[in-house]
Amino acid sequence: MDWTFLQETFVSLISAVPLTLLLAVNAIAFGAVLAVGIAVARFSAIAPLRWLAQAYVFVFRGTPLLVQLFIIYYGLSQFPAIRHSPLWPILREPYWCAVLALALNTAAYASEIVRGGLLSVPFGQIEAARACGMSRFMIFRRITLPLGVRQALPGYGNEMISMVKATSLASIITLMEVTGVAARIISESYRAIEVFVVAGAIYLTINFLLTRLVQLVEFRLSPHLRQPVAVLPAIIEGEAH
Amino acid sequence: MTQPGILELLSFGPDGWGNILLAGAMMTILIALSGYATGAVIGVLGAWAKVRGGPVTRLVADVYTTVLRGIPDLLVIYLLYFGGSAAISAVGHLFGAEGFIGFPGFLAGMLAVGITSGAQHTEVFRGAFRAVQPGEIEAAIACGMPRWLRFRRIVAPLTLRHALPGLGNVWQVVLKESALVSITGVAELLRQSQVAAGSTGLPFDFYLIAGGIYLAISTVSSAVLHRAEHHFSRGVRRN
Repeated sequence: MDWTFLQETFVSLISAVPLTLLLAVNAIAFGAVLAVGIAVARFSAIAPLRWLAQAYVFVFRGTPLLVQLFIIYYGLSQFPAIRHSPLWPILREPYWCAVLALALNTAAYASEIVRGGLLSVPFGQIEAARACGMSRFMIFRRITLPLGVRQALPGYGNEMISMVKATSLASIITLMEVTGVAARIISESYRAIEVFVVAGAIYLTINFLLTRLVQLVEFRLSPHLRQPVAVLPAIIEGEAH
Repeated sequence: MTQPGILELLSFGPDGWGNILLAGAMMTILIALSGYATGAVIGVLGAWAKVRGGPVTRLVADVYTTVLRGIPDLLVIYLLYFGGSAAISAVGHLFGAEGFIGFPGFLAGMLAVGITSGAQHTEVFRGAFRAVQPGEIEAAIACGMPRWLRFRRIVAPLTLRHALPGLGNVWQVVLKESALVSITGVAELLRQSQVAAGSTGLPFDFYLIAGGIYLAISTVSSAVLHRAEHHFSRGVRRN
C-alpha cells in the first residue's frame, strides 16, 4: 500500500469537492423550483399546460442526461443567434451548462415525486382549509405544499443522491470536479484502483451526510407522527414539588 | 454552403448518417442488454446472499449495494476501463509484450453497466422474493416437492412476476446509463452522434436526433414491459 500516493490523491480530490457540491446544490435548488412548477402544471385546469408538463417529463426522463448535457453545451453554440445573445456569457461556461442540464433533468424526476406528494394530501385537510375560508393560493401555501413536501421527502432524498452522482458527468465537459480530477489522476498514474477507492469514499461520505440531513428534516417535519415525549410527566411532577 | 435538411442528414446514402446512427443504436441496445444480463446475474446472487446468506455473505452483499448506489456510474466505468487496461498491460509485460494494451471498451462498458445495475437488481429481486407468500412455499413443501423443483415451479415464477415492474425500471436506467460508455470510444449511439456532429458541424441536430432515438427505444421497451406485466399478472385478482 502506497500511503503517500493515497494521501496525495486524497488532497487533490478533496480540493475538487467544493465544485461537486456547488454543482449539486445549484442544480437541486433550481430543479426544485422548476419541479414544483411542473407538478402544479400537471394539476392545471388548462389542458395545454398539462400536456406541456407531461411532455417535458416524458422527454427528460426518456433521454440520457449526457445527451441533454451535450445538446446544451455543444448544441446551442451552433446557432449564431444564441452566440450573439446576451445569454451567451452564461451558456458559454461549462459550469452553467452543467447546472442547467442537471437542473432541467432533476426537475423532471422531482416533479413526479412532488406530484405524488401533493396527491397524497388527504382531501379532508383541504376541505377543512376551505371551510376556514382560505383562498386557493393560501391553501396551497399553508396546507397542500407543506403536507405534500413531507410525504415527498423520502423519494426526494433519493433524487438528491442521484443528483450528487450525476454531477460526475460535468467532468465530460471539462469541469474538474471530483470525478474529473480522479480521471486525470488515473490517466496520469494508471493506478485506477487506489484513485477509485479514494474518490468512491468521498462520494459515499457526501451521500451519507445527505441521507442523514434528509432524515433530520423528515424528523423535524413530522412531529404529528411521533409519540409524545415520555419525560413530560416527570417534568410536571418536578414542578409540583 | 446550404444547410442540409434533417432528412438528408438521416438518409442512408453516402452523404447521410442514417446507417451509422442505426449501427450506433444497435450497439447501444447490445451494450444495454449485455450489461443488463450481467446485472441480473449479479442481482440474483446478491439477493440470494441477502436472503439466505450467512452473516459474512450478507455483509458483503450489503456493502456492495450500499457502495454501488452511493458512487457515480462514471467512476465505475473509469475504474474498469483504465484499471482493466493497466491489468492487461501488466499481464502482457509478463509475457514479454511491450507498452500499453487497451482494455476493450465494450467489455469495460458491459461490466460497468452490469456492476452498477447489479446493485439495483439485487434490491429488486430481494423485494420480490419477500413478496412471495410463505403459504405458497408451504403448500409446495406439503405437496412433497424437492427443493429444486420448488424453486423452479413456485419461487422463481412468483418472484419474477413480483420483480417485473422493478426490472422494467432498472432496464430504463441501464438504457440511459449505456450512453456513458461512449467515453471509452465504443461506437454506440452517442459516440456515433459525436462523430457525426464533429464532421458536419451540426452538434445540435445530431444530439437532438440521438435523444430522439433514445426516447424511441425507451418508449418501445416500456410498451413491451407493460404488456409483459399484463401478461404475467393474468392469474392475479384485481380489486
